[in-house]
Amino acid sequence: MKARYSLVVVGAGPAGMAAARCAAAHGVDVALLDEQERPGGQIYRSVDDSPLSDPSLLGSDYLYGRQHVAEFRNADIDYFPGTTVWNLDRNRDVSVLVDGKSRGLGADRIVIATGAQERPMPVPGWQLPGVMTAGAGQILLKSAAIVPPDDVVLAGSGPLLLLMASQYLKAGVGIQAILDTTPRSNRPGAVRHLIGALESASYLAKGMGLIASIRQSRVPVYKEVTALNAHGDEVLEAVRFNSRGRDHELPTGTLMLHIGVIPQVHLAMAADCEVRWDEAQLCWRPGLDQWLCSTVPGIGIAGDGAGIVGARASQLQGRLAGLQCVYELGALTRDQRDLKAVAIRKTLDKHLAIRPFLDSMYRPSPEFLTPVDDTMVCRCEEVSAGEIREIARLGCQGPNQAKAFSRCGMGPCQGRQCGSTVAALIAEVQGRKISDVGYYRVRPPVKPITLGQMGNS
Amino acid sequence: MDYDIAVIGGGLVGSSIAYGLSKKGHGVALLDEGDRAFRASRGNFGLIWVQGKGWDFPAYAKWTDEAAGLWPAFDAELQESTGVDLGYTRPGGMEFCFDERGWNDLNDCMARVRTNSDGAFEYEMLEHAELRKRIPEVSSAVIGASYSPRDGHVNPLYLLRALHQRLDAGRVDYLPNRHVDSIECLHGGFELRTNDERLAAGRVVLCAGIDNVRLGKLLGLNIPVRPNRGQLLITERVQHFLNYPTLQVRQTREGSLQIGDSQEDAGRDDGTTTEVMNRLASRAVSIFPMLKTVHVVRAWAALRVMTPDGKPVYQQSSHCQGAFGIACHSGVTLAAIHAGPVADWVAGGNPHPLIARFHPDRFDV
Amino acid sequence: MFRTLTTVRRNLIRFTLDGQFHQAPAGISVAAALLTAVRFSRRSVVSGRGRGPYCMMGTCFDCLVCIDGEPNQQACMVTLREGMNIETQTGIRDLDTGTTADMD
Repeated sequence: MKARYSLVVVGAGPAGMAAARCAAAHGVDVALLDEQERPGGQIYRSVDDSPLSDPSLLGSDYLYGRQHVAEFRNADIDYFPGTTVWNLDRNRDVSVLVDGKSRGLGADRIVIATGAQERPMPVPGWQLPGVMTAGAGQILLKSAAIVPPDDVVLAGSGPLLLLMASQYLKAGVGIQAILDTTPRSNRPGAVRHLIGALESASYLAKGMGLIASIRQSRVPVYKEVTALNAHGDEVLEAVRFNSRGRDHELPTGTLMLHIGVIPQVHLAMAADCEVRWDEAQLCWRPGLDQWLCSTVPGIGIAGDGAGIVGARASQLQGRLAGLQCVYELGALTRDQRDLKAVAIRKTLDKHLAIRPFLDSMYRPSPEFLTPVDDTMVCRCEEVSAGEIREIARLGCQGPNQAKAFSRCGMGPCQGRQCGSTVAALIAEVQGRKISDVGYYRVRPPVKPITLGQMGNS
Repeated sequence: MDYDIAVIGGGLVGSSIAYGLSKKGHGVALLDEGDRAFRASRGNFGLIWVQGKGWDFPAYAKWTDEAAGLWPAFDAELQESTGVDLGYTRPGGMEFCFDERGWNDLNDCMARVRTNSDGAFEYEMLEHAELRKRIPEVSSAVIGASYSPRDGHVNPLYLLRALHQRLDAGRVDYLPNRHVDSIECLHGGFELRTNDERLAAGRVVLCAGIDNVRLGKLLGLNIPVRPNRGQLLITERVQHFLNYPTLQVRQTREGSLQIGDSQEDAGRDDGTTTEVMNRLASRAVSIFPMLKTVHVVRAWAALRVMTPDGKPVYQQSSHCQGAFGIACHSGVTLAAIHAGPVADWVAGGNPHPLIARFHPDRFDV
Repeated sequence: MFRTLTTVRRNLIRFTLDGQFHQAPAGISVAAALLTAVRFSRRSVVSGRGRGPYCMMGTCFDCLVCIDGEPNQQACMVTLREGMNIETQTGIRDLDTGTTADMD
């Protein structure tokens, strides 16, 4: 690792690989830092080293990643897997942890491509062992060929849940039931976006194919599920819920939850990049211009980390962010950049056309944004929704004061699992907007590191 | 009149005073800014610290010692009325020294505090062997420590929460997200204008930290404070090993370690820096080598409210009757005295005999 | 318990979990291996209740374990290696021994 690069890209998912490749193709000296051991991000996890005898069960969108990863590996990029970025500041000084040691490097330009995380889906009992995210289930399948026992219950809403169900069915996993929490009231709003979504008709066709395959499988699907909660003493034993007015209880040891994904913005926030509340996607996303430049000079953000767009659009955004860096570094003229961007933007628009439909169709039910009082909101410090509401009634202005008063967000996950919920609860109690309530102030280290590593001792 | 008294600033100083006022039955408005304001109270180290305070300023030595002495009753009262356990203990505190010069300076400082407190201040200088008996984990890099049984510690964040809970239960209107744009001194009272409202109060107390400079000018008060940045590190929870608060490392009741701290002139930048984090981390490991593998969960920085001599400022306007300016960087140590004698003074009672010593005219030389 | 698909294309390697020998396919994460071996892999530092891997992508910190003597490793971010000694963590770390101790 050199002490300085023209461009440092963080994250080896579709956006990061594309940004790095684009810059390298124009002769820019690029380093790509990634926390995982292999390139591909979560979406293409283990795509060039699948433990599955037949990776095609994961679908053609997954297999598409093979070529992308292969091209990335062949490009002239200093690629550092297993490297955790623990700090990035507004002067583009990067601190990384590699082989258990901390070191710093500088960059003229940065592209943050840290992707998405699962949107927290706090329900009573979600902290019990046996409850995990659907994304976790998918990572286990892709990277380890490990699957849950045949009593698994999938619950939530959104395309990934459907995809996951269909992949499990192909892998021979017996799914006990699918609990669809999509509110019926989402439909009218979604239908309005259907015409626009026809621009990306292939997504709609794939979605309908997934729904058809689940229907054929005869896995019970419970619709309009509410009052979802997980029960168990030491570990998960049962899932209770209401579907269309009737209460149900399913005994199970494994519950996989999913209500969409949200951008991972902690690194961008640590670097002082401004984030804004996106009411359509119900998440914080960085404020960016059309070249994906953040509010901090020299720092661009591409892919799902900049707002949820999906893998293919992320790759295209990565190319745009890469082009902008090449231009800013002087290896392309403005006209050359603009010319190259025309075709990319055209394809990008096609991939983005489905988003308003997906965002409104699978908008999470308020039940999961502002959960009932006995739900653990902060998993690390075990702070309940009831306690946050109590603090909000004292007049506590935002998540930072709530953190000070209750320890929520003070644990090792640094608020990644509670930040959005705490803000939503304060907004609910005080009748304010989430955009006004705000988010945690994110400070380094963005991942916990030891005192020895931090002090280089 | 909307309120008897308006307190501007909802941090530890303002909240303690508002709490003291509410206990005496005054109608109080506590105006506060938003969630992302500069908040020294959120960066507080949690020490109730007597040692070293006032080595060059006898009134400060006495003031601090008296404030620390009020803490046990203050803690009991808050805990009983709110159910919030502040984690207050007073096992005595330590400051570590790393070389002979540091030892001599500290020794000299302690002796002066004892003199300045008319002998009330108790302390011991512990050589390494003696220190090891009390804290066996300390490394040989630490040659000794000063120890004073007068020192204690508390969770400063829970202190603020408990105060706010009490305000809620009392007669105090907590008014957050208010930026005070103007204060007019009228006959027999004040009119405050915020972003979207006006309110009238018989008295006004400025406890707004570094914003007191601006607010003071509105009332003709010169409150000479500037920001002084302090950074600190907070670790994961570990089993209890450190029974004493120290100026360098403190273990909270939950088990986290707080590692402090820096003193920086950084203007209004309350960010953290890699260089300082590095220095704080390596110093902590040099004191306690077994901390090497302990994870830092977060770093923090806040702006201390620093007066030219580092001592508090308490002043009453001579031409705007009923206007007060208060500034200090010891919101925890002084919390009980702020809720007691200082609250009584701003409500119109007789000033504590030491208060006059903290008038900012001491800087006019 | 989670299971490995029978068609998996990996050799099995051995590791210990709290002193017991287990086997799992090479190349998978420690957290994946834990899911095939135990129902929970940690006790909370706050309540002492059981926890297990939740997100599998490094964001939730619920899969923390002690690996080869190094506590608080994110099991989902570490690749399992032959002969690894993994210990579950119970409550708050005890600094004297480098391992974990009971809550009280």
